[in-house]
Amino acid sequence: MAKIFAVTIILIAIGSAIPIVMHTWHLPQDISTHGPLIDEQYSDTMAEAGISFLASQLLLAFFIWKFSNVKPGTKTRNFPGGAMGLVIAAFLLVGTEVLALGVFGAKAWASVYFTPPAANAMPVQVQAGQFAFYFRYPGPDGKFGPLHPDQINEANANFYGLDTTHDQDSKDDIVTAEMAIPVNREIHLLMHSKDLGHSFFVPELRVHQDFVPGLDLSVHFTATKVGKYEIVCTQLCGLGHYNMKAYLEVMEPGDFDNWLKQQAALQ
Amino acid sequence: MATTIQHPPKIEPESLLSQGSGNGGWRNLVPAGGDLRRTKFSPPPASTGIWVGLAAITMTFAALTSALIVRQGAAQDWRHFTLPPVLYLNSLIIVASSFTLETARRRIASFMGGLRDQAESPARWLYITLFLGLLFVAGQTVAWMQLKSQGFGLATNVSYSFFYVLTVAHALHVFGGLGGLVRVIGKLNHSVLRRSTLDATSRYWHFMGGLWLYLLLLLWMKL
Amino acid sequence: MHDMSAHAVHHGAPTSFIRKHIFSLDHKVIGKQYYALALVAVVWGMVLSWLMRIHLGWTNFAIPGLHLLSSTGAPGNIMTPEYYLQLMTMHGTIMVFFVLTTAPFAAFGNFFLPIQVGAEDMPFPHFNMMSFWVTFVAFLVLVSSFFVSDGPTLGGWTQYAPLSAVGSVAGPGQGLGVVLWAASIAIFCVGQLLGSLNFITTTLDMRTRGMSLMRLPLSAWGWFITSVMALTAFAVLMPACILLILDHVAGTSFFVPSNLVINSQLLPHTGGSTLLWQHLFWFFGHPEVYIAIVPGLGIVSHVLIANMRKPMLSHRVLIYSMGSLAVLSYMVYGHHMFVSGMNPFSSLAFSFPTLIITIPSTIVVLIWLGSLYGSKLRINTASLFALGFISMFISGGVSGFFLAQPSIDIMLHATYFVVGHFHLVMAVAAIFGIFAGTYFWFPKMSGHLMNETLGKIHFWLTFVGTYCIFMPFHYLGIAGNVRRYQAFTDDYLIPLIPVHKFITIAALLTGLSQVIFIYNLIYSRFKGAPAPDNPWEATSLEWSTATPPPHNNFGDTMPVVYHDPYQFNVEGASTEYVMQTSPEQYANPHEEK
Repeated sequence: MAKIFAVTIILIAIGSAIPIVMHTWHLPQDISTHGPLIDEQYSDTMAEAGISFLASQLLLAFFIWKFSNVKPGTKTRNFPGGAMGLVIAAFLLVGTEVLALGVFGAKAWASVYFTPPAANAMPVQVQAGQFAFYFRYPGPDGKFGPLHPDQINEANANFYGLDTTHDQDSKDDIVTAEMAIPVNREIHLLMHSKDLGHSFFVPELRVHQDFVPGLDLSVHFTATKVGKYEIVCTQLCGLGHYNMKAYLEVMEPGDFDNWLKQQAALQ
Repeated sequence: MATTIQHPPKIEPESLLSQGSGNGGWRNLVPAGGDLRRTKFSPPPASTGIWVGLAAITMTFAALTSALIVRQGAAQDWRHFTLPPVLYLNSLIIVASSFTLETARRRIASFMGGLRDQAESPARWLYITLFLGLLFVAGQTVAWMQLKSQGFGLATNVSYSFFYVLTVAHALHVFGGLGGLVRVIGKLNHSVLRRSTLDATSRYWHFMGGLWLYLLLLLWMKL
Repeated sequence: MHDMSAHAVHHGAPTSFIRKHIFSLDHKVIGKQYYALALVAVVWGMVLSWLMRIHLGWTNFAIPGLHLLSSTGAPGNIMTPEYYLQLMTMHGTIMVFFVLTTAPFAAFGNFFLPIQVGAEDMPFPHFNMMSFWVTFVAFLVLVSSFFVSDGPTLGGWTQYAPLSAVGSVAGPGQGLGVVLWAASIAIFCVGQLLGSLNFITTTLDMRTRGMSLMRLPLSAWGWFITSVMALTAFAVLMPACILLILDHVAGTSFFVPSNLVINSQLLPHTGGSTLLWQHLFWFFGHPEVYIAIVPGLGIVSHVLIANMRKPMLSHRVLIYSMGSLAVLSYMVYGHHMFVSGMNPFSSLAFSFPTLIITIPSTIVVLIWLGSLYGSKLRINTASLFALGFISMFISGGVSGFFLAQPSIDIMLHATYFVVGHFHLVMAVAAIFGIFAGTYFWFPKMSGHLMNETLGKIHFWLTFVGTYCIFMPFHYLGIAGNVRRYQAFTDDYLIPLIPVHKFITIAALLTGLSQVIFIYNLIYSRFKGAPAPDNPWEATSLEWSTATPPPHNNFGDTMPVVYHDPYQFNVEGASTEYVMQTSPEQYANPHEEK
């Protein structure tokens, strides 16, 4: 029984590792400038966690195999080095491991969050609401008009609550249901929630940030590959949560300008 | 209720307690041939239990305090207002009640310690404490009514919400203390009062007083 | 004496049925009541998870009879999106609160903590009785939300504001459903506070002669450390729930900010802080994870030692490690909020203690492995589950390396990777701890032995089954599969549906195999072979009293403790194991100096 158990543990441990090693499932391809640091951090962590996982499972299996149902006369023995040795080993091995992960991970985090957006970053505002994203481009004047929550009217497609008759800045604002951005240009994404907590997650872009109602946050990023990607909501926001999504299209700069003109004409 | 006690009240003498009767105390007895290295005196459970309970209450009010600070910093809508003056009177009352309770406790304690033949009307001081406690709650009610009559309800502004939440939560805890006092009085009159019960109740009561002063300071600073 | 607060030992054995089995003051009966409550809750929670799993694999599959549970939630037996979320919320709440907190901590702790410290009962038996009945009421309140008009809340067990605070405008179940949820949890907090008060005081004050703190078995230490965490954590959750209820019913604005427009309605609230709820909740929520697992660490160590026939390499180091887990658990809660909009500097500040928490966890695992070395391991159902626990704890633990780092959390937050992580390390591991404890202590609790063959079949199915369920969760998460979706409609998620089907089949089979356990439990309770006093040849105090223990635990004479709890294979001793109560003196005791 013990030996079968030991073999089962080994099989499960190796079986669990195979899809990871074979990359059967893997992180989506990275299309951002800040992503490589995150991916590298992920692979390093996977290596360390994987080794810890396999080593401890195999050791567990080995000890179960070796020390179960021993002959009646056998004396129990203590682990050479005793508890102190293990404690020191844990501090040295795991301590350095987590310190390294922590320090390098902090660098990866800092590269995303502790750098201000460049002065020429293109501002885009995203508004989340049950259960759709809307995007707003400031138009030629480069300014976003103020929001009037009481004027939000979905029937008139006034998703943001803009007052285009009174607010000068709102007049040329472009509101879209899809997000398009030019490739290789830094985007400063201003995040606003109309109602509840939502989240903005584009796996390929390595961007994941919650919307906080009452608190407008921003993130900035640069996409490096042209293509169409999905924006999904990851913060439970009600019954339509699973269906709250939008497309992000990364375009060549010329295509983007044309797209924006088309959208402006639709307003 | 007699204010002078003709017969010695049925207070359990301290000497019995240290031997304990199963409440941890008998751990102090010498085990025959056993290892004595680690046996040491430990108090009866009520004395430990009360500290544990007070720790939990402290956590609750600490959580509410941090909620208040975070919420105040979260938005510009915080409305400052003047606390109803009756609160300061209430503070005096609850502080006074601590003194009266301490007087009662010392009298009973000195009786238990065998210093006096008779406890000098400990129950009278307990009744006064009980009265002051009820007066405190009545005073708090006056403060709530005053605010309410000025049109400041629970949802008027979050500063009022915190005022009501903190004071009502405190008042509910004070009711717990009043219940404890009633029990102590009942035991003193009808059955056996343990020293640890008395001490636990009075610690709780003093804590309620201290907690109120802290809350008053917090509200005075923040509201 | 008629003193409620201090007459633990003097309540006599009750005679009436009600005082004996229902409103009992006896910690052993209360422990069994908690166990029964957890059993009802776990079956309920598991059935909910089956329904969810079937829906995830086959979204349009009509589940026969589902409309009986809720006609609006499942018209034509097909689950609506909101009903999926409601089941998910109830699954999480029932499992975390009414199973993972009650079974390993309140149930086993109540039954065995007083016996292991050598007390006749808890110091405040009335509080203890109230603790159970208050918890029971909390459970009823939670279950009652299934029967209100728009069903239970759909906000997830974390109930993030403002979704949870704005009322039914935000969706079905967000009106009365949330209020019932918050009321239930607030009531539950009261129950656990009363319980923790008893646990802490029992450990500190009720120990028998010679029972120093270091002589307490590891299971008792697990419960003691857990009770300290429970006391501080539940004392914070309770006011948070009350504030949430006030936002609902009184229109206050603790958690609801200004200018929210939901369903085309402009809400009247102003200025509330949604992050405030997250801070309050996770300040409780992270310790809660340890409340679920630390009793398991203690129970598993206790079970393993008796079956290894040798003590742990170091009693003291294990205790210190469990203690550091408890202390650190308060400093790490922010790792649930890395991408929540909290200050990114705070994210880093929370990241380091989270990584550091792997050190005591690793020490615990290494001590277990090091102690297995050179042991004389006995394989039985209890020890199999204890060893299975170690395997699960390792598997669930290593994924913590990823989630502790905010940079990687960008990719993995709110994906199935997180679901896999916490199910393995907290849920399944804790359940394995409960199983180990059940198979080990059932003879003492009931007076009957459990069937070992059935137990082993149960173990094999459960062990392999849980890995089949929860390992693939990690792969899904790596591929970006977002959690809390009732169906996968995104282009990149559709290819992952076959994995979900595999998980569903594994979950159904594993769940079904629990029938063997319940059958074994009930059958053995009535028909099992009578258990001897010390069937495992173990040394701690619960094995030196009768089976089942008498009303006052030890009969006429209270035990006196002469040794550390685990005296197995001691040199110079006359027997292979020496009971804690044996006055025998020998040359080289396993003692912590």
